[in-house]
Amino acid sequence: MKVELEADKCVASGQCVLAAMDVFDQDDDGIAILLEDTPAPELLDDVKEAVAVCPAAAIRLVDR
Amino acid sequence: MVGASAAGLAAAETLRREGYDGTLTLVGDEPLAPYDRPPLSKQILSGAWRPERLALRPAADLAALGLDLRLGVAAVGLELAARTVRLADGETLPYDGLILATGVRPRRLPGEGAHVLRTLDDALTLRDRLGPGRRLVVVGAGFLGAEAAAVARRLGTEVTLLEPAPVPLAHAVGAEVGRMLSRAHLDEGVDLRCGAAVTEVTEDGVLLASGEVVEADEVLVAIGSLPNTEWLDGSGLTVGDGVVCDEYGEAARDVYAAGDVARWYNPLFGTSMRIEHRTNAAEMGMAAARNLLNPEACKPFAPVPYFWSDQYDMKVQAYGFLRGHDEVAVVEGDLAERRFVAVYRTGERVSGALAVGMAPKAIRGWRQAVATGARWDESSLRSTPG
Repeated sequence: MKVELEADKCVASGQCVLAAMDVFDQDDDGIAILLEDTPAPELLDDVKEAVAVCPAAAIRLVDR
Repeated sequence: MVGASAAGLAAAETLRREGYDGTLTLVGDEPLAPYDRPPLSKQILSGAWRPERLALRPAADLAALGLDLRLGVAAVGLELAARTVRLADGETLPYDGLILATGVRPRRLPGEGAHVLRTLDDALTLRDRLGPGRRLVVVGAGFLGAEAAAVARRLGTEVTLLEPAPVPLAHAVGAEVGRMLSRAHLDEGVDLRCGAAVTEVTEDGVLLASGEVVEADEVLVAIGSLPNTEWLDGSGLTVGDGVVCDEYGEAARDVYAAGDVARWYNPLFGTSMRIEHRTNAAEMGMAAARNLLNPEACKPFAPVPYFWSDQYDMKVQAYGFLRGHDEVAVVEGDLAERRFVAVYRTGERVSGALAVGMAPKAIRGWRQAVATGARWDESSLRSTPG
């Protein structure tokens, strides 16, 4: 699974970092940064949580 | 799920993620697939985004959920004993579990012709009437009214912002922060008038309680919302400024509420609350879905609320439950520079934190202080907690 982040939709809430801090971080403006676009399987639940809580619907998990 | 916005969608996705593979019906009174509302008063009103960008999920992702999607039809009745929901088109839907996420609608004023801002249609209608040479009166300087005023002003609209309270948003974020936000509007050329109570919308603009008429080409009424609960009258559910739920979000056996419409007991703050924040809609929809599926392992819904607001070049971010706070302290930065962190005390504890123009790490530690119910301690206020 691959993580896609639409940074121009990001509202800098940091909810993704709270849900999956091994996969997401924020820059100085708060905009989300992808640390790992193909996270290890054990991180997928956290990433799915991040997808669900993102208030901008800016994160997507896609098959590949 | 009744309600096809952020909370209803989050509930549907969570039910599927947690392995529920039975029939899943999502009912929404708007004809559109689930879309996001915060950009309505920001990127949609400014014209920066096309409406298609609001879709909460791509069509393929939505299709993959295998929903029985009922859009453009409102729910009009609930029979708890029979476990059925009645729709406006006459159909009756049976349920084993029910999640109520019918949201809120804008409060209005007497008189015709004013705009409100809740749906995509509302935003597009108003957007087309803003710009140089146009006069807009915004009634209510809460977050929605202030954001719309900021966007309209940047589009060159002549904006008058009317607020009945002496300081906008003082009840929500405190007088100091409210005054800082006021100054930003004044600096941008908004005619902000506090202590101005509007009694009705007229053909020429609005009528104030003082008898004065404020003329406008367009009027936006942004004076708060009302939970959509009328359809539950007589159902036996307790309704009182929202669907009343316990700490698990449960309103009756196998019936949960989520999002703007839900009033629940948040054990983290020891109080009942109803929160109209975008993040709460998703989090509560998810929590409701999990508790509905796992009644033996129910978890209290005890979030740290979060909201943000974009006004001009400022991003306001806040964690916690700031309403009813007793004290505010600026712990970093400077209000006048519009770069600061303010921390809120309610009783003996840190109840919230609000930041403008600060890096995320400056406020994240304070979120943790709220989440753990940290005691308000003068010495601890001097540095950001780790």
